[in-house]
Amino acid sequence: MSEPLLEVRALGCERDHRRLFENISFAASAGEVVQLAGPNGSGKTTLLRFLAGISQAFEGEILWRGRDINAAAIDYRGQMLFLGHAPAVTLNLTALENLQWYFALNQQVSRASLCAALADVGLAGYEEVPAYRMSAGQQRRIALARLRVSQVPLWILDEPFTAIDRAGVVELEGLLAEHAARGGMVILTTHHPLNLDTPYRRIELEGANAG
Amino acid sequence: MLAEEQIPGALQACRGTFKRDLLLAMRRSGDIVNPLVFALIVVTLFPLGIGPEKSTLTAIAPGLVWVVALLACLLSVDRVFRDDYLDGTLQQMLLSPQPSYFLVLAKVTVHWLVSGLAVTLVAPLLALMLSLAGGGYLPLLVSLLLGTVSLSMIGAIGAALTVGLKRGGVLVALIVLPLYVPVLIFGAGAVEAGCQGLPYSGHLAILAALTLMALVLAPLAIGGALRINMDD
Repeated sequence: MSEPLLEVRALGCERDHRRLFENISFAASAGEVVQLAGPNGSGKTTLLRFLAGISQAFEGEILWRGRDINAAAIDYRGQMLFLGHAPAVTLNLTALENLQWYFALNQQVSRASLCAALADVGLAGYEEVPAYRMSAGQQRRIALARLRVSQVPLWILDEPFTAIDRAGVVELEGLLAEHAARGGMVILTTHHPLNLDTPYRRIELEGANAG
Repeated sequence: MLAEEQIPGALQACRGTFKRDLLLAMRRSGDIVNPLVFALIVVTLFPLGIGPEKSTLTAIAPGLVWVVALLACLLSVDRVFRDDYLDGTLQQMLLSPQPSYFLVLAKVTVHWLVSGLAVTLVAPLLALMLSLAGGGYLPLLVSLLLGTVSLSMIGAIGAALTVGLKRGGVLVALIVLPLYVPVLIFGAGAVEAGCQGLPYSGHLAILAALTLMALVLAPLAIGGALRINMDD
């Protein structure tokens, strides 16, 4: 067993005078897929926002390679990809321009590999089409094309299967397994039953505790 | 896995953001035209409202052109971060391994190009409609060129603070207007001095100092405000 990359210690959170979750601890190593499960309102998205460093309103510690993620923020952000509810696809930009901006900030890539990634997610021929002319599923696929190019070890995905068709779900599952196989780590929330080749872990969030 | 040197430098990220925002601004050309049309309408209405006597117009021209330019910038600044906030782009920007300082600087620069610079370029026309005295044109151009930069920077602080609110428009004005006052006083002062044939380099020097200060400090405030709004 290798050294855990991500360590969560005694994480707790209070929202509007009630405990959302309490005392969540887990560690994950390279090559692991972790699914956060639980009913609506159990705090899955909130936990992901803590893990991504978006929000810091929690108790406990989150460590990446042994360092607090918010203390070494810039370094951590360079190793993490977050895909949230809002997919950060700008409607007035074309599929390719959307990816070009994202990777201008995150990773040096060639235009050819971005086009290849778009073809991989089924958007070949849509490179120069503005996103507002595409369906919700296709817009979502532009965001997922980032996963095909990105080299970062940690993926944090909030409901990545939203608006994706059945073939797309299978492709995405394959991508997650592939990422784990080459030593990456995936943390995701989904209500969809995962069908992965690699073993994955489920962490259950109980839902709201009274008091 | 990702090697350290694959992460783009701040300059490249800055250029990418600049290019993206400029492209978006060009595609929503209404954003550029609106402040200009607003300025033209106001300046057209004034002679109709207070009468076409040349002496009256000449007397109010320096202040009026500056006030119109200021309001045109204020009207458009509300939207600098709004769309990016709604579609998640802002979140991705703040989660990227880039210092937000330069990204914010790129975004506000684009806003300045399509509002402040555009208004500065039509200002001579506005001044002509109000029959500004001949000596006022040069200080008008230079003071607007300097002053609108700080207007954009300061305005973007207000926009960043209110980006999470559904209706931030009036609040932005309330936050930002007191900070606009010194820029307005020295800007209009330079034009006034130029019209009377007095030296105006002192006004411009103070305006330049205000602008430099805004360029250096405002991106820090904007970045901080955006981060607060990301964590709601």
